[in-house]
Amino acid sequence: MFSYCADPDTLDTVRWFSCYLTTGVHMSFYASFIKVLALLAVTGPVALGVGFLGAMAARSSFLPVSLLGKSYIAIVRGVPDIAFFLFFVIALDQMFEYVRHRAICPDWTQPVRQGSEFLVCAQAKLPLGNAAEWVHETYGFLLAVITFAIVFGAFAANVLFGGMRAVPRAQLETAEAYGMSRRQTFWRVLVPQMWVYALPGLSNLWMVLIKATPLLFLLGIEDIVYWARELGGTKTSRFSAYPHGDWRMWYFLGLLVFYLMMTRVSEILLERLMQRLTHGQATTGGEQQRKEVAA
Amino acid sequence: MSCWETIQAYAFRSIGFGERLLPRSDFTICEHFTLIGSGMIWNVYFGVIALVSGFFLATLLAVGKMSARAIYRKPAQWFIFIFRGSPLFIQFFFAYFLFLNLKRTNDFFDPFTAAWLGALIVLFLNTAAYSGEIFYGALRSIPKGDVEAADAYGLSGWSRFRRVIWPTMLRLAWPAYTNEAIFLFHATALVFFSSFPAWQQRGDALYYANYFADKTFNPFVPYPILAFYFILCSLAIIGVFGLVNRRLNRHLPASTRQKMKLRMNLIR
Amino acid sequence: MKSILLSTVAVAMTATFAMADGHSVVRMGTEGAYAPYNFINDAGEIDGFEREVGDELCLRAELTCEWVKNDWDSIIPNLVSGNYDTIIAGMSITAERDEVIDFTQDYYPPTASAYVAASEDADLEGGVVAAQTATIQAGYIAESGATLVEFATPEETIAAVRNGEADAVFADRDFLVPMVEESGGDLLFVGEPVPLGGGVGMGLRESDAELRGKFDAAITSMKEDGTLNELLIKWFGDEVITY
Repeated sequence: MFSYCADPDTLDTVRWFSCYLTTGVHMSFYASFIKVLALLAVTGPVALGVGFLGAMAARSSFLPVSLLGKSYIAIVRGVPDIAFFLFFVIALDQMFEYVRHRAICPDWTQPVRQGSEFLVCAQAKLPLGNAAEWVHETYGFLLAVITFAIVFGAFAANVLFGGMRAVPRAQLETAEAYGMSRRQTFWRVLVPQMWVYALPGLSNLWMVLIKATPLLFLLGIEDIVYWARELGGTKTSRFSAYPHGDWRMWYFLGLLVFYLMMTRVSEILLERLMQRLTHGQATTGGEQQRKEVAA
Repeated sequence: MSCWETIQAYAFRSIGFGERLLPRSDFTICEHFTLIGSGMIWNVYFGVIALVSGFFLATLLAVGKMSARAIYRKPAQWFIFIFRGSPLFIQFFFAYFLFLNLKRTNDFFDPFTAAWLGALIVLFLNTAAYSGEIFYGALRSIPKGDVEAADAYGLSGWSRFRRVIWPTMLRLAWPAYTNEAIFLFHATALVFFSSFPAWQQRGDALYYANYFADKTFNPFVPYPILAFYFILCSLAIIGVFGLVNRRLNRHLPASTRQKMKLRMNLIR
Repeated sequence: MKSILLSTVAVAMTATFAMADGHSVVRMGTEGAYAPYNFINDAGEIDGFEREVGDELCLRAELTCEWVKNDWDSIIPNLVSGNYDTIIAGMSITAERDEVIDFTQDYYPPTASAYVAASEDADLEGGVVAAQTATIQAGYIAESGATLVEFATPEETIAAVRNGEADAVFADRDFLVPMVEESGGDLLFVGEPVPLGGGVGMGLRESDAELRGKFDAAITSMKEDGTLNELLIKWFGDEVITY
């Protein structure tokens, strides 16, 4: 990185560290933090969307849809999620490839499963065998997002379903009295009001989601845990210009601080959001805000 | 080997009794069930001890966090924040490496890098923080009338806490605490998956499930079996905690009793 | 610059046409944590003996190769489910693995595994011996009298000996040599080396016979003109067994 880094053996401590912390591997380490943040940024809304659909399905007056929604919530919540994370990604990948295989290569005669091998025609591979490395990484990342979204979507669906039921009946009846249709009542009265009831549950879920990101490691993604282990391990001078002993404790201390900061920032932001949402609501919180303004 | 022989050979494999070598080829469903079940001994061990010991620390933390004096309140707040604010997975890693470094300075820390003690300590502290927060929430929602009634009876200090506040706190916290127990139980699966090494191939249920998945290249048999055991144990926890809940609520009229609900949780 | 780019594209395109039905890009799976076989250098790239051998093989077989990292634990499952096309990760050829995947001929001669301990009098028969999970060495220790303690990465097995977790580590001798040399006397070889496995080869899916043929031919040619021996000596020192 810096010009003086050519011969690290001769440097004093401060400069040594400035070089050490800017090597190519460390850049990959920092990039993996962005990966975690990106995962959170993408998975949060997607899981919320999945959850919303799930809750809507569970609420549906059409029985099969409602059963579908309810069983999705029940099944995903009923199985320890670590079991999900361990085999869901491979299952998902194989499912996609199988579907594509059936669609693209209908005249393939060999069986797809040969012993322990899973074989689809070359055109059906996902991503294609000759795709660039970043495509493969993005694909792996997408699978992780889908896995997280399905698992957390079920929990979000449950919270939103509860939130929808918590909206006072009187509010809905009033809407009907104003002549609103079912659809109008749902979108104009129920949805705006349910958030304040669902937010505590969703905040909690968000915190759990943050804390679930190290599990990316189990999904075969080179995340912060992977790099902390790799970088912290003893380095010998034969294979690295920066030999050092076992520093894994310090790297993991760094991760611990990173997560604590994430939690703290989320807590503050969610608290503000709650303040905003409570505004004008028929809850004790809303009432309190009204009085404060009036006083 | 018949299934009965397999059970004899492997039922206690995870704690070092029975056949020394794990099955290496021609894996049967029976072997799957026996070994993964044998691994559950560890999960139960971690879960039960951490929960029972964590319970006492949690009560202290909750009372500490309620305290008006900063000298008690601040440490409790920080403790709870640190353990609830970071992933258990990272805590396991960090604790293991910390214990390794401590071990170099003092022989006293020798057993700490083994899962049976090191991981247990992390789980104990972790569940204490989570339960502490639950108990703290319950303490804050104790009806004012209950405390006033205790005052009217002339109860104060320790006897007021033991006879009125503590039982009420438990009663209010119990449904959430049941969840925490299930939570903790699922979290025990992370022990051998983070950093703590498995000695002589003695590991928990996930370790063996992973072993089978590794050898057979088929994750679709061992992991569902693992899930089956976990659901079974979760139901057992619900059952036991439900009984306690009934006892805690026995003085209330039937209509106001809190019902227990099965609520599965995410790993933290 | 532009012309280089254009010619690269041209090469890539002809390559694509030449193998429209096969592998236009061969993805090479490795662990990146097993120096000197394969490791990640300071720049964050895969480096080591296998990196150089692999690149040379691809050149000779006229293949476009790309390197992929994968944890050792799941390196075989990810090969058979098609996430990459070869394993080139210091993997010893064993009968057990050969049932699931295919191997090329060895590009690293059958070698010995060895014990390394912190002191001369380490108990190898009844003591605690560390090995990496799912390696032939772990299998060997499990069957010996010693207490096996398993770690996910080779690095951790060494760390276990350094901090007294284990009495000794059992691994490929060539992986241990630089560790012992670097340790400044902390670590030393103990006991007799144990010959294990049938050399190190590249792992491929059983259905990929064509690709295996190409790599086999390339390895043969590297053996014949001595380039493989040069690389062996470069990475493993003068004492290494050559072809």
